Amino acid sequence: MEVGIVGYGAYIPRHRIKVEEIAKVWGADAPSYKRGLMLREKSVPTPDQDTITMSVEAARHALRRAGGIDPARIGAIYIGSESHPYAVKPSGTVVAEALGATPEIHCADLEFACKAGSEGMFIALSLVKAGQVEYALGIGADTSQGAPGDALEYSASAGAAAYLFGKEKILAVCEDTYSFMTDTPDFWRREYQFYPRHAGRFTGEPAYFKHILGCAHGIMKKSGTKPADFRWAVFHQPNGKFPMRAAAELGFPKEKVEQGWLCPTLGNTYSGSSPMGLSAILDVAAPGDRILMVSYGSGSGSDGFIWRVTDRIKDVQKVAPQTRQQLDDHPIYIDYGTYAKYRGKIRKLAEA
Amino acid sequence: MRDVAVIGVGMNRWGELWEKSHRDIWTEAALEAVADAGVDRVDAMYVGCMSGGLFVGQEHLGAMLAEQLGMGPIPGTRVESACASGGLAFRQAVLAVAAGEHDVVLASGVEKMTDVDGGAATYALSTAADQEYECYHGITFPGLYAMMARVHMHRYGTTRKELAEVAVKNHAHGSMNPLAQFQGKVTAEQVMESVLVADPLRILDCSPITDGAAAVVVASLDAAKRMKGGAGAARPLVRVAASAHATDSMALHDRDDLCWLGATAKAAEIAYKKAGIGPEKLSFVEVHDCFTIAEIMVIEALGLVERGKGGGAAASGLTALGGKIPVNTSGGLKSKGHPVGATGVAQIREAVLQLRGEAADRQVKGARYGLTQNMGGTGASTVVHIFERIERGQGGMER
Repeated sequence: MEVGIVGYGAYIPRHRIKVEEIAKVWGADAPSYKRGLMLREKSVPTPDQDTITMSVEAARHALRRAGGIDPARIGAIYIGSESHPYAVKPSGTVVAEALGATPEIHCADLEFACKAGSEGMFIALSLVKAGQVEYALGIGADTSQGAPGDALEYSASAGAAAYLFGKEKILAVCEDTYSFMTDTPDFWRREYQFYPRHAGRFTGEPAYFKHILGCAHGIMKKSGTKPADFRWAVFHQPNGKFPMRAAAELGFPKEKVEQGWLCPTLGNTYSGSSPMGLSAILDVAAPGDRILMVSYGSGSGSDGFIWRVTDRIKDVQKVAPQTRQQLDDHPIYIDYGTYAKYRGKIRKLAEA
Repeated sequence: MRDVAVIGVGMNRWGELWEKSHRDIWTEAALEAVADAGVDRVDAMYVGCMSGGLFVGQEHLGAMLAEQLGMGPIPGTRVESACASGGLAFRQAVLAVAAGEHDVVLASGVEKMTDVDGGAATYALSTAADQEYECYHGITFPGLYAMMARVHMHRYGTTRKELAEVAVKNHAHGSMNPLAQFQGKVTAEQVMESVLVADPLRILDCSPITDGAAAVVVASLDAAKRMKGGAGAARPLVRVAASAHATDSMALHDRDDLCWLGATAKAAEIAYKKAGIGPEKLSFVEVHDCFTIAEIMVIEALGLVERGKGGGAAASGLTALGGKIPVNTSGGLKSKGHPVGATGVAQIREAVLQLRGEAADRQVKGARYGLTQNMGGTGASTVVHIFERIERGQGGMER
């Protein structure tokens, strides 16, 4: 029996900060950062937005597209994030409660740097496939932080995507999955540290590219497919440049990846990155289209999925806010001072 | 003092060698040099390494690498003179053979720089500047060379594009060197639009952080002539025509002239005198282009161009392969990479390949004399060597 996506949704905060605004504060050369990262601006969460609230928003969009199924039928919720608001206390239970999916539900919070979202999707999909639950929700969401002045500060942004998996009224069938992992320490954050650390150029070749390309080649070999068999592809987007280079090396032309390439104006939403890119593709996909998705998380690993879009897609695309619409419509640009306040980089005396 | 010859060379592909350790990198190059020389032993070895301690937490390299080579208990000596460590290690090997203390000596250099992040690497490199009078004020090497560039531009009218042309030339040369870290060509526009590091220097004006090693074997010229076996038997001999070493003020601000490399000029003067030739006799030179401005200042100090006229040399084709005096046919530090302790030895390898006629696509035709210049810091130490090709049997020297 076929298993796949029955509802999807994304959420992007409206606030943005431009590369120039960050570069100005640190005396950095904005044009070279914009060129080097292929990135112009990034989303910023307000003080009342976090991984939990964005997960709820994205999941509500997914439920709407699923045709209003009773949330009580959701048997599992997995939230992948590296910015769960609590070190101890689950995000999943709060989201389940807000959706009306409690108490007969299994929850787990996942963490695998930027890959946690796709692993939530993988587990949710697998439980449905196994017949353990009727519906399961996999969410990737992050409000990640880069240390002030670090290269990551230009890209670390906020957003979420949610996928509801089931066996009926499927809008995209999962044709295959494949995962590729090694112990590659390119980026990490220890307990009690506020900002992550990264190993500079080591994050490229032996980390991102090895796993993205390894996973993409692996899933195409396993499924007997080639780039020409796909209408769309989406890869994890730590910056604008890496996914485009990966696509070129794999032989995917620009027109197959541009739709899901949100990074230039969204930034890197970490666990939300490739899932959000997939949502932007589903927003425009046509029945029969095949989509390759490959996530990446530092540490390191990639999850690959092959989706085949069904006729149902046309009924759901406009039912909830579309991803690029949220990205492009009515952004609110903020200055670095406001950004520093929103992100807790500076604190009012009474709160300190 | 005995005449000395270089009888073997070795080097591995340079780059970000994340899967190889400091000792692996060194051992590959050292074994290749020993094999190339066709000898079954060396009597002593010298290793140039700027900062094994800060880059990989390893000192005491003389003993460790002698063991690694499988030739203990030979004397193993580590030599440090910042980025001139390799050139100076070679000079120690030459002196040991010339003095008659040893007959066959390995001279090598190694640096493993990518096991630490950019900040730690910048700190390690900054120890080559004056800690008390320069580093405490926050200066780094790109900053120091940027100031030298500013003065050169102000005084001599050297342009931003002329700096870029040095990188264009060296990357073009490096595209023909299969062991270079970066084998792609760049345009002047790409250089001038690359990320700003320390105004006016951009990232493509700077040599990279590199893992790599190089090694050569030296022997007395007489012994070299007697060696009949191995690949070397049919090759021309490469004689060390001169070895010179000079120093200058450690801190840039103590120099009389901020854009004149006094130690390089002094070492070159001594070397030309010892070799009995002037710069006009040179077929090629390998110089320390840690930044584009450095090559411009070095070719002035070596007397290849008039003082203040170094800026136009690359753009005019003077210093390109096929030009009057090719500079950095290997790609230089800029394209080949700059594993600081290994750089001076790799320059000597390039000189030997050129003089043997083994430099393939980047061969300087009919090369007879070649010079290498390797410097530490902003030029506070400089080592200059001149090499001469000697055909076997030439001048009745064959015994």
